[in-house]
Amino acid sequence: MTSRRGLFFVGFALVALILAGGVSYFADSDPDGLDHSTLQGCTVGENEQLSGNCIAQGAKEHALKDSPLADYSVGGDDTLAGVAGVIGVIATLAVAGGFFWLLRKRSPKDT
Amino acid sequence: MPTSVAMHMSDGLLNAPTSILFGAIAVLGLVFATIGARRDLDDRTAPMAGLVAAFIFAVQMLNFPVLPGVSGHLLGGALAAILVGPWSGALCVTIVLVLQALLFADGGLTALGANITNMALIGTAAGYLVAVLLRKIAARNKVGLVAVAFIAAFCNTVIASLGFVLEFAIGGDPAFALGGVAATVIGVHCLIGIGEGVITALTVGAVGAVRPDLVHLLRGTSRPLVLKEAS
Repeated sequence: MTSRRGLFFVGFALVALILAGGVSYFADSDPDGLDHSTLQGCTVGENEQLSGNCIAQGAKEHALKDSPLADYSVGGDDTLAGVAGVIGVIATLAVAGGFFWLLRKRSPKDT
Repeated sequence: MPTSVAMHMSDGLLNAPTSILFGAIAVLGLVFATIGARRDLDDRTAPMAGLVAAFIFAVQMLNFPVLPGVSGHLLGGALAAILVGPWSGALCVTIVLVLQALLFADGGLTALGANITNMALIGTAAGYLVAVLLRKIAARNKVGLVAVAFIAAFCNTVIASLGFVLEFAIGGDPAFALGGVAATVIGVHCLIGIGEGVITALTVGAVGAVRPDLVHLLRGTSRPLVLKEAS
């Protein structure tokens, strides 16, 4: 059972890595539903300049917009979104996996 | 101006008191979620919860078209709740949102509480409640499980979007008529909910086919579990 469980978990992780690292290149780059809603009433110009009257005009730049992985790029290179995605999956797995592993009930045989 | 790419609420859309209010609600919710998750997590389910979080991160990158010029992406609350339970599920989505905001500048920092409230708390709770109401159908057979996953995920998306409407009603720019904002947000999220439903149904269906014992929703149902007593 242990090896079968391990196999399932490895497979699950691989699927996540493939989705973030490869399939993400086929993602739609249009604004998502929420952004679309906040952009209602505005037109987006060439330098992402907003003209018109919309909620998004109140939005502030992200405080970490210059961070190395900002907007799923790597050092500003957004052709590397897949690499950013792989980093993200590994980081999530490490943070979430570690957190949940510390939080879990210990099995009695460990004591 | 931040326009595309950012998937979640940016900073500046809600006023400061509202951001703080929903930050506090998020913290309170996460305290309860952590207490609840502790009961659900063991040697078998803890690694599953970590993987579910990583999977949600990956799938949130995959924006799919819903209208000309408009995309949508998975929120993941129902998916996580069905697989690892509502408490761990809410924490999975939260970890994804925190990492997106801190590592990828996706989703504002002051808006983090509001985004967690919508996607991790409201969305997960809604998806889980719907799934539990339909648990008998989910336990019947594979088709039932997939159908319940779809419906729960659809409700998760639409009800999570109501969270934004509520927050905007409390602390958004009053120059914009709430009715129009609500109609657009809810309308678009009904379409996104279909995509959320399809992705959730496929994922839950796949896990249910291979490891039904790792589907939290099916715990305690009459479905025979394929657990071996080997230790």
